[in-house]
Amino acid sequence: MGLKNKIMFVVQRPPYKSEDPKLALTHALSSGVTSIHIDEEVVPTVAFIGDGILNCVRDQKSMEAYGIISNERHIKNMLATDTKTLVCKEDIERLGIKEERLIDASDMGADMTIKVVPFNEILKEMEENDHLMFF
Amino acid sequence: MGMLSIGVFSSLVGSMDLDFAVRLARAAINKGHTVNLWLSGNATALSKDKQKEFKDYSFPDKTLRELIGKGLTVVSCEACNQSRGIQKEDMTEGINRASMDLYLAKAAQSDRVLHIGVE
Repeated sequence: MGLKNKIMFVVQRPPYKSEDPKLALTHALSSGVTSIHIDEEVVPTVAFIGDGILNCVRDQKSMEAYGIISNERHIKNMLATDTKTLVCKEDIERLGIKEERLIDASDMGADMTIKVVPFNEILKEMEENDHLMFF
Repeated sequence: MGMLSIGVFSSLVGSMDLDFAVRLARAAINKGHTVNLWLSGNATALSKDKQKEFKDYSFPDKTLRELIGKGLTVVSCEACNQSRGIQKEDMTEGINRASMDLYLAKAAQSDRVLHIGVE
């Protein structure tokens, strides 16, 4: 494997109101198979900001409500594949969401957890990535 | 010359994002750059053949066909197409379809990426 290429996905839309968050997650998850096209590693980072942080709340019932796989399932898969996942601290405080309500993938054996960070840290992460994709 | 990848997720009708993306692709190709256009989500409507021009809506289809003739690479998300009932035989000739890992691979190799992800 050759170069590492960092792509950051920034999710700013709430779940199930539009297709955008789900597309962000499925695109991020597909980073692991880009090697069938290029001799470079694509390293994804996913950050949730604004109302997009609602994607990270656990116990989503989308299968019951809409008959579709939840964004929670995709986020758990991301964590299980060691994808760096950030959530904006100011936004979870604004919406009154406690950290213990955030998705956790330890039941899948994931070591990676969602990291709650100030927005400044998300900005810093953006600067360190080669490409940004806003959803 | 550089390589530009443009990913668009906005709808064909109801948003001018696709129109802008195709115009930008034309400007880049006319300057000699290589351009990849990725259509995902509602933007996959642009991949459909037999669109009809109305004066009330933008009509990027015509420009897109010209650009494909000049070397523009257009790839439409296969799952997004199928979920919208757009089969391979419904698509404009010259537009390919693939999964999103191809877009990320193209983005990784590009000098610039313009990602229009939110309507």
